Amino acid sequence: MSTAYHPLEDYTRRGMIPHIWCNGCGDGVILGEFLRALDEMKYDMNKLVVVSGIGCIGRISGYTHTDSFHTTHGRPLALAVGLKAARPDLKPIVISGDGDLFAIGGNHFIHAARRNLDTTVICSNNFNYGMTGGQSGPTTPIDAYTTTTRYGNIEHPFNLVHLAAASGAIYVARWTAIHVKRIRESIKKAVNKKGFSFIEVITPCPEEYGRRNKIPDPIENMKWLREVSVVRSFIDPIEAVVQPDKIVVGEFVDIEKPEFSDLLWEKTRSIQAMLEKEGKVTNVTI
Amino acid sequence: MSRRLPEVGGVFLQMEDEIASMAAVIGASYAGIKSMTATSGPGFSLMQENIGLAVMTETPCVVVDVMRAGPSTGQPTKTSQQDVMQAKWGSHGDYEVIALTPSSVQEMFDLTIEAFNLSETYRCPVFIMTDEIVGHLMERLNIPEPEKIQLVERKRPTSPPSEYLPFRAGEDLVPEMATFGEGYRFYATGLTHDETGHPQTDSPDEHAKLVQRLCDKIRKNAGKIVKVERVFLDDADVCVIAYGSVARSALSAVVEGRERGAKIGLLRLVTLWPFPEEAVEQVAEQVDRIVVPEMNYGQLVREVERCAGRKKVTFLPKLGDALHTPGEIMAHVLH
Repeated sequence: MSTAYHPLEDYTRRGMIPHIWCNGCGDGVILGEFLRALDEMKYDMNKLVVVSGIGCIGRISGYTHTDSFHTTHGRPLALAVGLKAARPDLKPIVISGDGDLFAIGGNHFIHAARRNLDTTVICSNNFNYGMTGGQSGPTTPIDAYTTTTRYGNIEHPFNLVHLAAASGAIYVARWTAIHVKRIRESIKKAVNKKGFSFIEVITPCPEEYGRRNKIPDPIENMKWLREVSVVRSFIDPIEAVVQPDKIVVGEFVDIEKPEFSDLLWEKTRSIQAMLEKEGKVTNVTI
Repeated sequence: MSRRLPEVGGVFLQMEDEIASMAAVIGASYAGIKSMTATSGPGFSLMQENIGLAVMTETPCVVVDVMRAGPSTGQPTKTSQQDVMQAKWGSHGDYEVIALTPSSVQEMFDLTIEAFNLSETYRCPVFIMTDEIVGHLMERLNIPEPEKIQLVERKRPTSPPSEYLPFRAGEDLVPEMATFGEGYRFYATGLTHDETGHPQTDSPDEHAKLVQRLCDKIRKNAGKIVKVERVFLDDADVCVIAYGSVARSALSAVVEGRERGAKIGLLRLVTLWPFPEEAVEQVAEQVDRIVVPEMNYGQLVREVERCAGRKKVTFLPKLGDALHTPGEIMAHVLH
């Protein structure tokens, strides 16, 4: 008797699937494309650590068959800094939501990017806090309805690709959940870069955001993303707008810069070499 | 540490805030190295969130808190012992930690090693709760030869990755710990989890089992963890219970009192948490009165009262960047 076999089965953690995500959610697209990217790259799965925060997408670290850490809300990047400092040979992949990375974790995001921490950050941006009942967050568009903006949102949202670029990221891209192939290609590119890479994936949330903003149907959400998305790679990220009638997607930054853990350990090695030259014995070695 | 760590093959990081510091410490520990951070009261408050994560994910790590006067920004760099209850109860939920309290520069050195050894043994955060006076003290320090320092390493997995259960514990209640990047490909979460590490957010039994184990691995080993110092207690009628820099004043008071013929003794707490219940209970059975001087407005004295039965416990507070003088403690004892 033959049993059904999913081509990504070896990449998912046994006993953790099915996942918790709703029908029409883009988080499954991110999980699928992330694993397909790793498969196509033949990436050494023992050299990669998936770190996530809190929220729907935060559960992803449990689904990937990797070393993984599901941290407190907003803190995956801060944890990844310690991880990378201790083990520069490991690649932390931070997959989290817009609320986690840019509200409670906003400080860690800008500082990890500033340091040029070697990590790939994949942000599932669904414009609200989906898991906790659809509250507004730092990416909620102006005038959008959420459980905490009952009369329409009055706050200006972040432009995440602009923020990432300004903070020092060496690779920045934005796609939506319909750009499955582009997401995969971007992940492959980002994971192979040494430094802070950032991929925003605009993700439908039909249950929470969609229901309150007249797009409750999963298919309608996907159609909307297809209709309003325009590819404008390498324009100034400040002009890469996210509006109900226009979402600019593409790659916006692709540069090289010395990386955090390389510089950190280079410093320790140079101090050790200097002490050895001076004949000063150090009593501990790693 | 910024100067010293690279000299001995380590690295030092200045993080963006204390929330991040504690998160980075956890990340480094899961990557298989010994990691620590140091702060003062307000920073310790910020660390509480991820101290809870360290407890839940059973992360060996060390946190030094040089206590200063609060609440809030309070009196920066001025001494106090106002965080001793925060050390026990600062993060949300039920948990146990280990907290040590040095009284001298030598003990600062010795207890730092002890803190790492305890954290590796019990897989929990260990705090060094010191105060500004000990923190700024300059005095003689003997550094032993490295080979004479006993170091403890965390228990490593004995099973292959396919059979490894990252949160299964044996009789000692402490699970074996794999390191990220070794092929175990395991999952750690702040959510309630079972032995496999998988979330168990709907099971009352799994939650009770986990929380009880996290607490019991410390509670049931309290006898092995707790350290106190007993001075002149054999025939004492009055016992001063003190810790940190206050214990030095208390010792002077006790020595002076003895010279004058007063039957007083000192129980110095080296371990704050788990609270040295047995030692306090023993002393309470023996003496007529217990005196607790603390540089706060009444914290650890509550624990002493809890363990002292009906024995009279008097509290001697001190607030505002001042240490109790031996004379003040003596006057209180003789009163």
